[in-house]
Amino acid sequence: MDSIREIVVLSGKGGTGKTSVASSLAYLAGKEAILADCDVDASNLHLIMGPDIIKKELFYGGEVAQIDIETCIQCGKCKEVCRFDAISFSAGVHTIDNLSCEGCGYCSRVCPTGAITMMPRLSGEFYISGIRNGSQMSHAKLFAGGENSGKLVATVKKNAYRMAKERGCDYLITDGAPGIGCPVVSSLSGAKVALLVTEPTMSALHDLKRVLFVVRRFNAIPLLVINKSDINEAVSEEIKIFAKSEKIEHLADIPFNTAFVESMGKARIVAEENQFLKGIFESVWEKAKEVADSSVQN
Amino acid sequence: MAQTSNVFKLAVASGKGGTGKTLLSTNLASFVSEFDDVLLVDLDVEEPNDSIFVKGLVSDVHPQYKMVPQWDVARCDLCGDCVDICNFNALVNVGKMIVVYENLCHSCHACSELCHKKALPMKKHHVGDVSVIKSQNLTLLEGRLNVNEEQPVALINNVHSLVNQNWSKYQIFDSPPGTSCSMVASTGKCDYILLVTEPTPFGLNDLKLAVDAAKLMKRPFGVVINKYGSGNKDVEEYCRDNGIEVLGKIPFDISIAERYSKGELLLDKHCFRSVVSSLYNKLENIRISQNG
Repeated sequence: MDSIREIVVLSGKGGTGKTSVASSLAYLAGKEAILADCDVDASNLHLIMGPDIIKKELFYGGEVAQIDIETCIQCGKCKEVCRFDAISFSAGVHTIDNLSCEGCGYCSRVCPTGAITMMPRLSGEFYISGIRNGSQMSHAKLFAGGENSGKLVATVKKNAYRMAKERGCDYLITDGAPGIGCPVVSSLSGAKVALLVTEPTMSALHDLKRVLFVVRRFNAIPLLVINKSDINEAVSEEIKIFAKSEKIEHLADIPFNTAFVESMGKARIVAEENQFLKGIFESVWEKAKEVADSSVQN
Repeated sequence: MAQTSNVFKLAVASGKGGTGKTLLSTNLASFVSEFDDVLLVDLDVEEPNDSIFVKGLVSDVHPQYKMVPQWDVARCDLCGDCVDICNFNALVNVGKMIVVYENLCHSCHACSELCHKKALPMKKHHVGDVSVIKSQNLTLLEGRLNVNEEQPVALINNVHSLVNQNWSKYQIFDSPPGTSCSMVASTGKCDYILLVTEPTPFGLNDLKLAVDAAKLMKRPFGVVINKYGSGNKDVEEYCRDNGIEVLGKIPFDISIAERYSKGELLLDKHCFRSVVSSLYNKLENIRISQNG
C-alpha cells in the first residue's frame, strides 16, 4: 500500500468542532500524517499547532483588470460589456472596482486601444510549516475579500500530498471549510474518507444532509462524529437514525466539554490536554485509518 | 451612507462559522416584527438555516438562474477561441467537441459574445431557489443553492436584486461565514455590518479577518460577542484597543444552546431578550444617524 490516504474533516454547518477534531487526530497521528488546513477563508489550525514556517509563497488567484489612463480614450466599451458592475465612469474617467472585478478579461478584449491589462491578483499566501507533533502542515491565508478559495485549497492540498510523499507519511488529515461551495468541493477531491463532525441541533442536521450529498458525489466514504452530543439527546438520536438509514458509520459521541475552549485558550490541542477526550479521539483515529486503508485495498 | 433613505440594510456576518449569526438574525427579526414590518434574508445559501427558526407559510418560490453558454455543434467551426477567452477554464476542447463546465462559469458572456460563429448562445442554468416565507410582520427570503452547485456568489447577487425592488424598510441579511467573495457579495452593499464572534482564540482570529473585510468594503461595523463568559477577554480587549464598538454580549448559557438546538427562538427568555432589545436600540441610533 503506497498511496496516501486522505481523511477530510467536514461539517456543513460552521462551529461544530472540525478544527478541534482535525488537530486532535493530527496530534495522535504524529509523523504518520501530514496536516492540511483547507479552511483558507478563516483558518485556525495554526493557532494551536505551533507552526514554524519553513516556506512561504504568495498566492495569485486569478486576475484583475487595470486601466492605463494614458491610453484610455474613455469610449466606455469596457463598461458596456462588464457583467459585474466593476467599471464605473465618473469625473470623465473609467475606473475598475477591484472587489467587484471577477477577472474574466472581457473588457481587455474589447478595449480598442489596449488600455486594459489583466494583472495577476495577489489574494493570499500559503505556507509549509513544521508543527509541534513532529510532522508538517500545509496551510494558507486568503486575504479579505479574496476570490478563488477553491484554487488556494487545491494548492494547499497539492503541497500536502507532496510533503506526505517526501516524508513517507501514509495519511493526510485535511481540515475543511464550512458550507458546500468551491473550497469544500476542492478539499474533497482525492479524499478517501470524509469525517463528518456534527452537533445535535436542527441546523447542523439540515446542513449535514446537504454536505453528505457533495461527499457522495466525490465517492469519499462518510464517517460520523457527533460533538456536544448531550446538548440535545433527542436530536442526537435523530442524527443516528439518519446515519443508519444512509449507512454512515457513527464512530463516536463527544459530550459537551469545556476542555475544547480551555485548550484553545492555551494554544493547545484538546487531545493533548484532556485524557478522556484523547481516548475518544484515539478510537476515531484508529477507525478512520482502517476505513481509509480498506478503501485503497478494494 | 444609506442606500435609499428610510431603508436600513443590516448584514449579520462573521469570519468563523457557528458563532451565532443565525441565532442573532432570526431573533432580532422576530423582535422587530413585534411592532414593525421586517425582512429577513438568508444569504447563507450553501447552508440556509433561518427557516428552521422562522416558521411560516411559503408564499412563493422563485427559481434562480445564472447564464451559461451552450455549445451549438451546427454553428461551431472548432476554432478554439472560446477556450482561450475563458479565464475560468469552463470551456474545454475535447477533440471535436466543446464541453462547458457550468459549475466553473462566471457568466461573463465573453465566450458567447466574442464567438465569430455565434455558436455559444447563453442559456439559463438553474442554480437554486428563493423562497418567500411569511410569518405575520416578518417576511423571510431564503436563498438556497442547489447541492450540486459550487458557486454561491451569483445566487447571492440575485437575492440582493430581488430585495431591491420593495419590501420592508428594516432588512436583515444573514450572511455566510468566511471573509471571501461570498461574504463580500452578501455584506458589501449593506448600511451596517454586525460581526458576531465568540470569546475564543479562533473567534478572535476570524473576527480580525472579518474586520479587515469590512474595512476593505468601507462599511461601518460593530461587534456582538456570543457565548460571553466562556473563553477569555481577548476579543473585548481587541475591540477596545481598536475602537470597535461592542453592541451586545450574549451570555454563555447551556439552556440557550439547548433551545437553539431544537430550532426555537429565544425571545421569551428574559436575559436573551434584553440583549436583543438593547441591540435593537443601538442599531436604531446608528440608523437614524446614518439617515442624517
